[in-house]
Amino acid sequence: MSVITYRQALRDTLRAEMHRDENVFAMGEEIGVFEGSYKITEGLLKEFGERRVRDTPIAEEGFVGAAIGASMLGLRPVVEVMTINFSLLALDQIVNHAAKIYGMFGGQNSVPMVIRTPGGGGQQLGATHSQNIELYYSFVPGLKVIAPSTPADAAAMLRAAIRDNDPVLLLENLGLYNSKGEVPDDDDSVAEIGRAAVTREGNDITIIGYSRMAMIASQVAENLADEGINAEVIDLRSLRPLDRETIVESVSKTGSAVVAEDDWLTYGIGAEIAATIQEGAFDWLDAPVRRVAMAEVPLPYAKPLETAALPSAESLTTAVHETLRAVGRRVG
Amino acid sequence: MTEIYMPRLSDTMEEGVISSWAKQVGDKVSPGDVLMEIETDKAVMEYEAYDEGYLIEQSVSEGDTVPIGAVIGVLGDSPDATPPKRDTEAAAPAQEGAAAQEAQPQQGAPTQPAESAAETAAPSAPAGDGAPRPRTSPLARRLAKEYGLDIEQIPGSGPKGRVVRADIEEAAKQREEQPAVAPAPAAAAPAAPAAQQPVEDGRDSEEVPVSNIRRVTARRLSEVKQGVPHFYLRRTIDAEALREFRSQINAQLEGTGSKVSFNDLIVKAAATVLRRHPQVNSSWVNDTMLHHNRINIGVAVAVDAGLVVPVVHDADKLPVSEIAERSRELAGKARDGKLKPQEMSGGTFSVSNMGMLGVDSFAAVINPPEAAILAVGAMRQEPVVRDGEIVARHTIALELSVDHRAVDGAVGAAFLKELAEVLEQPMRIVV
Repeated sequence: MSVITYRQALRDTLRAEMHRDENVFAMGEEIGVFEGSYKITEGLLKEFGERRVRDTPIAEEGFVGAAIGASMLGLRPVVEVMTINFSLLALDQIVNHAAKIYGMFGGQNSVPMVIRTPGGGGQQLGATHSQNIELYYSFVPGLKVIAPSTPADAAAMLRAAIRDNDPVLLLENLGLYNSKGEVPDDDDSVAEIGRAAVTREGNDITIIGYSRMAMIASQVAENLADEGINAEVIDLRSLRPLDRETIVESVSKTGSAVVAEDDWLTYGIGAEIAATIQEGAFDWLDAPVRRVAMAEVPLPYAKPLETAALPSAESLTTAVHETLRAVGRRVG
Repeated sequence: MTEIYMPRLSDTMEEGVISSWAKQVGDKVSPGDVLMEIETDKAVMEYEAYDEGYLIEQSVSEGDTVPIGAVIGVLGDSPDATPPKRDTEAAAPAQEGAAAQEAQPQQGAPTQPAESAAETAAPSAPAGDGAPRPRTSPLARRLAKEYGLDIEQIPGSGPKGRVVRADIEEAAKQREEQPAVAPAPAAAAPAAPAAQQPVEDGRDSEEVPVSNIRRVTARRLSEVKQGVPHFYLRRTIDAEALREFRSQINAQLEGTGSKVSFNDLIVKAAATVLRRHPQVNSSWVNDTMLHHNRINIGVAVAVDAGLVVPVVHDADKLPVSEIAERSRELAGKARDGKLKPQEMSGGTFSVSNMGMLGVDSFAAVINPPEAAILAVGAMRQEPVVRDGEIVARHTIALELSVDHRAVDGAVGAAFLKELAEVLEQPMRIVV
């Protein structure tokens, strides 16, 4: 077991997978010579050469389309889209091709492609470079969307994505790259795509998050424990397929839930979670499901405004307190 | 398979006794058939089946006491069906699928909808009778059903008074604790030999079996006298005009079979005067003051099993002759133990009359959640000073017991003063 960063876990795993299977190759903007905008592909060009680490033009639709074609012919491309914001340029390829080919051609071809792409605000990158639009892909049958929040999950889930025969979008987060955690050494275990993790058990309330907000949720839960509040934390890990069972089971136990999401509230991931809870755990609900999300504005550049617009440990804690008060707990 | 639960047959009922079973195991049951007689704190009532089937279990024996919500019998599809094992846990929740959408449109706040934002968008739906439906969480509703509690009777501590799990659990706990006074010996009800054993306390006592009504009356009276701060206001009225007035009315009613008593006139007078003294027609409940818009007068009736207080609803709106008829009908039902729960609930003020028993005057115990009760003594001819002369006049002593939390002395006195004036000029009862 080593303590490494989320960034390192992704890099080590990608490298190991390229060693394991020669059909695995990486492509994307500035991933070779520049070694990646976020250094996930550091050292890979030197190690594997230009054939397997391909710098692409700034043309997302083109290189994602090329990756789809390569995957249909037996390769396993791992495409880096520099940030999820730029994936919009490849939206047609992802939604109308990657997601549809298996079904539309009667299963003759799979698309075993991985798109790695970070989302997330908080870096003062402005409104167009700070979005959390994983929902656009989570909405589409035929795609798998996973969102690890820890280094260990980043490793196990990237492995799972590369070995999966369907197109998988792996959501990274700018705010998580430097987070550290234990990762098993020489691990070859593969995460099950579509499984949420109960990262902390508790009986008082369920806090549900994914990606950066799953990490925040764990921190909040630790602080709540000091107040005597025993929160259960669910890290969704997979946005499609969605592990409704784990959510329903938890809320059936705790009777209340707060969803923490980095995307916008209206029509967001939290709305789907809230609907899942009322469908599956209605008779166990003691309070309305609360959602903590980003303010519904294009994310401001100015630091104080950006901070104010993003969901935080404070806003999550407040929502948990208010929900617990609504079910008769004396808190905060 | 349908389980039958001990129903809540009155708003103060906490437990009931199965007086007798009308159906035996194996009998066919149709909706409307009388299954059993249940004795509550107030009356013995027939309990009818709502479902069709065969009685396959009498879960509670005759004479036994069980709390509201306890399984008392089971209906099956066939006469030889096997009753289910108890302690059924609800099946695991369906986690996906065609959601029966009850969703209300939620025009939430743009970012983080505090509960209030979502809730104001959803106006509380009035129930059929126009009364607002209480706010309850789904979990609270489910638990209330499991515990056999009437969720509408449970105060909510959540936002805007929402009843939440904690409230149900508190109510269930209270129910557990309260019957401790009564139910333990309940099993030893009527013919249990233990009840006949002399009690060795040097007084040559013997324990006498008591009815459920007696036990509950005893418990509630203790609670009331300990929990409600009473004060008392006395006033003697000159009843000459009232006597004359009653004679005139009864002369008018001659041949109709109806007759108006002094008590009916006092009930009507009290109702009329209460209309002008809303502070007295009130309740102090959970640190809150309620002024009642309806005036429903309880009339205490002594029956063999104890004391019951049937209610003449909207007494201020009824003519005296109707109050008389209604009182007589209710008293008859009370003596036969046939009062329905709704005939004993909803009172806002009570009148207790012991005049016919020769009592000069007395202080009555308030019947909560009412805020006052009027005790009426016997009509007597008394020497009274009138215009400087001692003359013989008929008088009645009134004594008002008041809940000091809801009503202050001066407010009670003003009510009693006007009541006395109305009774002394009884035409004011009707005009």
